[in-house]
Amino acid sequence: MGETITFWVLAVVSVGAALGMVFNRKAVYSALMLGSVMLCLAVLYAVQDAPFLAAVQIIVYTGAVMMLFLFTLMLVGVDSSDSLVETLRGQRFWAAIAGIGFATLIVLAIGNAVFAGQTGLAAATAQGGNVRSVALLLFTKYVFAFEVTSALLITAALAAMVLAHRERLTEKATQKDLSRARFRGDRPSPLPGPGTYARNNAIDMPALLPDGSVAEDSVNRYIARYDVEHDHLPEDPKLAEAIQHKAEEESK
Amino acid sequence: MTAHYLVLSGLLFAIGALGVLIRRNAIVVFMCVELMLNACNLAFVTFARQHGNLEGQIIAFFVMVVAAAEVVVGLAIIVTIFRTRRSASVDDANLLKY
Amino acid sequence: MESPVEIVQHTAGGVIGVSWLMIALPLLGAAILLILGRVTNRWGHLLGVAMSLASFVVAVLAFFELIGLPEAQRRQAVHLWEFIPGMVDMGLLIDPLSISFALLITGVGSLIHIYSIGYMAHDSDRRRFFAYLNLFVAAMLLLVLADNYVGLFIGWEGVGLASYLLIGFWQFKPSAAVAAKKAFVVNRVGDFGLLVGMFIIWTSFGTFAFADLGAQVGTASQGTVTAIGLLLLLGACGKSAQLPLQSWLLDAMEGPTPVSALIHAATMVTAGVYLVVRSGAFFFEPGSPQALAVAIVGAATLLAGAIIGCAKDDIKKGLAGSTMSQIGYMMLGAGLGPAGYAFAIGHLITHGFFKADMFLGAGSVMHGMNDEVDMRKYGGLRKYMPLTFATFMVGYLAIIGFPLLSGYFTKDGIIETAVHEQPVLGWLAVLGAGITGFYMSRMVFMTFFGEKRWAEDAHPHESPKVMTIPLIVLSIGSVFLGGYLILSNRLMVFLGPATGRPSDANLPEFHFASTPGLTTLALVAVGAGFAWMRYGKATVPVVAPRGSFLTTFARRDLYGDALNESLFMRPGQWLTRIAVFFDNRGIDGVVNGLAAGIGGTSGRLRRIQTGFARTYALSILIGAALLTGALLLVGNI
Repeated sequence: MGETITFWVLAVVSVGAALGMVFNRKAVYSALMLGSVMLCLAVLYAVQDAPFLAAVQIIVYTGAVMMLFLFTLMLVGVDSSDSLVETLRGQRFWAAIAGIGFATLIVLAIGNAVFAGQTGLAAATAQGGNVRSVALLLFTKYVFAFEVTSALLITAALAAMVLAHRERLTEKATQKDLSRARFRGDRPSPLPGPGTYARNNAIDMPALLPDGSVAEDSVNRYIARYDVEHDHLPEDPKLAEAIQHKAEEESK
Repeated sequence: MTAHYLVLSGLLFAIGALGVLIRRNAIVVFMCVELMLNACNLAFVTFARQHGNLEGQIIAFFVMVVAAAEVVVGLAIIVTIFRTRRSASVDDANLLKY
Repeated sequence: MESPVEIVQHTAGGVIGVSWLMIALPLLGAAILLILGRVTNRWGHLLGVAMSLASFVVAVLAFFELIGLPEAQRRQAVHLWEFIPGMVDMGLLIDPLSISFALLITGVGSLIHIYSIGYMAHDSDRRRFFAYLNLFVAAMLLLVLADNYVGLFIGWEGVGLASYLLIGFWQFKPSAAVAAKKAFVVNRVGDFGLLVGMFIIWTSFGTFAFADLGAQVGTASQGTVTAIGLLLLLGACGKSAQLPLQSWLLDAMEGPTPVSALIHAATMVTAGVYLVVRSGAFFFEPGSPQALAVAIVGAATLLAGAIIGCAKDDIKKGLAGSTMSQIGYMMLGAGLGPAGYAFAIGHLITHGFFKADMFLGAGSVMHGMNDEVDMRKYGGLRKYMPLTFATFMVGYLAIIGFPLLSGYFTKDGIIETAVHEQPVLGWLAVLGAGITGFYMSRMVFMTFFGEKRWAEDAHPHESPKVMTIPLIVLSIGSVFLGGYLILSNRLMVFLGPATGRPSDANLPEFHFASTPGLTTLALVAVGAGFAWMRYGKATVPVVAPRGSFLTTFARRDLYGDALNESLFMRPGQWLTRIAVFFDNRGIDGVVNGLAAGIGGTSGRLRRIQTGFARTYALSILIGAALLTGALLLVGNI
């Protein structure tokens, strides 16, 4: 009875999260939804007498793989959300037909099947529990496959390094080069900090110069854009104009 | 209960496949693939209990390991493509055609 | 009736044992000249003459050795080597018939070689010319000396090749190239007959050797022998330009004049007569249908050639028509059996002399007239080329059968025998002799008599000695040879061991005043007189008048070419066109259509490869769904 309740709760959650993952525009939300599905599945593994797999699921998937996804998302750009317009003609229609049809067929097939009572893993794990039994199989019968997997993992790590490595085309700029470039440029001094001489001591408020004019460079352009997008402009029209200007600069 | 687990597994698999078909962001597509793999793992684990045979769990374990390796390489490829083409959309990488 | 004697294997040494030198020497000459090429340009012609003369010397020595033998041993077979094991032993047969031919070929051949030194002096390809002449002599000797049909056939094809090469010697002239091809193709028809005849000989008798055939012929049915005879006759017609395969000979005059003299008058075209006479003992039983066919073909050709000769303005083509006609006489004689063989061969030998004489004379005239061949542009040349005129006159008198000259004896022999054996054909031959008198006189009057009708830049002059001396030698032969051979039946008795002859009691006696002979002389006189009226006394127009229907008929070679064209060439062209059409539209159409279809389909099909990974993934999923559905339906899940 306990298992049934657990199953139904987790099934509903996981299907909902999966659908959310597929239909959410923002990739980060999708990643979080996927994490939820994985957690649910971990619990379901545990319920089904696979505690070792449940642990691995959480550690490897929810821990490592999902982190990798999130890192990549950060690299590629968090806020690049998919446009909703489908460019391939008929893709969504046929994808829906195929997906729903496939699901229906699977359900039909399983519904048709007649299952005997569950054997249960009690006999298989009689020798000291699930983890010991899995380990016993893994290091005896499947030891060769296990070793091959290690080779696979090393190869994958190496491949990732090779793929992600970027050849440096120019010499790395030294401290000396950087300071020289700074003095050659428009502004030898550091950028003015935000909020200096301003009425609001906030990072998104541009500084006022001693003559009362607004120092546009004192606001980070990303922050300026965020302010514009979320309508957080200050009331002072002079400041608002400076932020908008900065945001436009960024969007170029 | 076995049938229930299997139906859940099938549904998750179908949802993952659907995602692969309709999402364009390569990373999300990848996530959907992971979802499909996980659905398969659920079926493996279910059948392990159904038949009282631990090997289903062993296979699920190997699937996880391979999936991890695949994710590493796949994401590296996505990053490389993104670096050169400034896009993570699978539709933009369509040079290999007629 | 005396049958041919048995062929005996030659055992003693002597010249007959090395008679293969006759063939080998000219062959070696040809090989040297062709293989060494330009290196031999300076002395090539001398080598060619030397080889031909050496061959002649061997032939003469062999001849004397042969007549030194008793009559029963006058057919000597010289075994050379096993050519096709169990089938053909290559060997030479030295007997009166073959040695007569060998003497004619090497003798007249050598004279023409010498003449060619002068005639071809200004040709940059003289060395090649002599190489081909030597090749021809070697092949022709193999033809007449071989002791079996296979060797004969090799020589037969060899002379065909040499003839082709020499007709087309000036291959830069399209007309020469076409004529060479025509000769080759028409000869193929005859060769086909000869070849099939040989096939039947092999299947019927299992041997090709002349020595073995004599005993075997009796075993075959009459029909087989007739078939072989007719097929051999077809071969003879091709090589000897007899009806209906005569069309190539007139065009063959495109070759240099010595070639016309040697190959297309004196020697090669007589190969058909040789074939018939050589096979006479086996396949041409006197009175058999095939022998009658030979005689009929001969009679028809002698008339056709004579009629063509009447209308030709080209001196060489006129002579070619006359050659056809004279070979017709020989064929007629050969068709009459052993009684006619001697006269046929005799006429062949004397004709070899006087026709070569006239051809070379014509060449001499052309040599002096800037290679002009149109007799209407000659006239009055006797004063400018006295030696040529004299020798030509001798040849002319010999061919029309002027009493006591060579042609008189041999032709009269054929006519009398023919009148005796086949009266109708015999009287046709008499008529032909009359026509001969007309057209040969026409030729002489147009060329040497009358007023000058030369082109403005013509400066006729006598030819150099190297050309005139052969003419003199040949004209001597033209005067005396006939009488020597025919009177007291010298040739008939000599040839007897090879061809068979009437028994001593039945040997013919030469009648100087027989009815056919006198009629012939009268008709010749009428023909010559008519020619004098038309071409001697009257003025000859420079441009040929249109002439009557008969003239046109003769000018067009009796419409032989038109007949060939409409019967063979046009249908052949249509057949080719149909085949080409079928090939282009049918076969190529299917192939190209298939290719275009596949190309078009794949061009459209490849559009499926859009490059969008999601489309591919969709097709995979649909496939998986369909597969699952199918499995569900068949109930495996």
